[in-house]
Amino acid sequence: MDEQWQPLDHFLLMRGDDCLILGHRLSEWCGHGPILEQDMALTNISLDLIGQARLYYQLAGERLGRSEDQLAYLRNERNYLNAWLVEQPNGDFAHTIVRQFFFDWYENALLEALERSKNDRLAAIAAKSLKEARYHRQYSCEWVIRLGDGTEESHRRMQAALDRLTPYVGELYQNHAFHASLIDDQVIPDIAGLWSPIEQQMVEVIRESTLTFPVMPSLPARGREGIHTEHLGFVLTELQYMQRAYPGSTW
Amino acid sequence: MNKTSIGNDEKVIWQQLATIPDPEIPVVSIVDLGMIRGITVDNGQVIVQLAPTYNGCPALEVIRMQIRAVLEQALRKNVEVQLIIDPPWTTDWISKEGLHKLKEYGIAPPAGRKSTTGWRDEAANVSCPHCGSDSTELISQFGSTPCKALYRCTECLEPFDYFKCH
Repeated sequence: MDEQWQPLDHFLLMRGDDCLILGHRLSEWCGHGPILEQDMALTNISLDLIGQARLYYQLAGERLGRSEDQLAYLRNERNYLNAWLVEQPNGDFAHTIVRQFFFDWYENALLEALERSKNDRLAAIAAKSLKEARYHRQYSCEWVIRLGDGTEESHRRMQAALDRLTPYVGELYQNHAFHASLIDDQVIPDIAGLWSPIEQQMVEVIRESTLTFPVMPSLPARGREGIHTEHLGFVLTELQYMQRAYPGSTW
Repeated sequence: MNKTSIGNDEKVIWQQLATIPDPEIPVVSIVDLGMIRGITVDNGQVIVQLAPTYNGCPALEVIRMQIRAVLEQALRKNVEVQLIIDPPWTTDWISKEGLHKLKEYGIAPPAGRKSTTGWRDEAANVSCPHCGSDSTELISQFGSTPCKALYRCTECLEPFDYFKCH
């Protein structure tokens, strides 16, 4: 993690990185969706997320004297602050949907709280993004129900995805020591406090889907400190290739 | 520059902007869509405030370039396009004429929401833009552009785009 970053820079990059990395993961579905409509749905969500990432990077970039492109393309793995959940591979459609489901609930709760941020710029980004996030959540919830309560095969795959990805959820709802002053100044919410109202609603969707929400301990994830699973390096290698190979190249 | 010429410029600017189509839905202009939030003319510099529809909409860069190209050609002045996200763009800003043009083109205009319960947002009845029937069903929440969903008419059996409420 870069020593120069102030708490707000850290938070903005954390937000931007979650959106960019998940957006990139979803873009990998382009041309590979299970059916045409879902290929388009996943890449539409990808576009929204990459658009949202830009808003955070632009604001962070103004503060750090760097462009949004520099922040996205020229930071190393250890300076990326996304959660482990979003860098996990797409797996099958069930894994992609479950990952999206977990992220969408977190994203909606966080954006709803950030709409009331004392930082006007951050509040505006949240208000703008929330409309899209609500739509994404509806999509992932409907698919969780449809596939969970679908065929034997779809149910089995969804349960496998839930079992595999649930341990990554805890990281999303952890406060970072570095953000204490932001919480005190009501720039960002108490993120740990977002969990309990959401848990109940997620449990309700899982119940409707006939799946079982596994009881599992959270992984000791440290994405917010720039420590990642093996997968992020591969994502960045692809995402940053052009700028690394041809520094400063533009369209 | 005196006040009158600012006024004249502004009129020309609105007229020019109304000629710029949405690159993906060419039947409506960016003015019809309510994307233009303000215009200021200051000492030879024109500033256009533009509200992006969706954050990641790829049409946005094309729109920015077109605004600059069209206005610089018409006014021979520097043109700057500022993106405004506060307040966020909403389909409520689409003009009556814009809604009409969408429908004529075969895209059902935003119909409002019937109910919102928790995460479930139920869209109001969407009428088929081809035959006018109200018996339609959602095929996919996401369509060919970020702003549209895909529907099907169960009466005339035609699929059609629906401009989502936003």
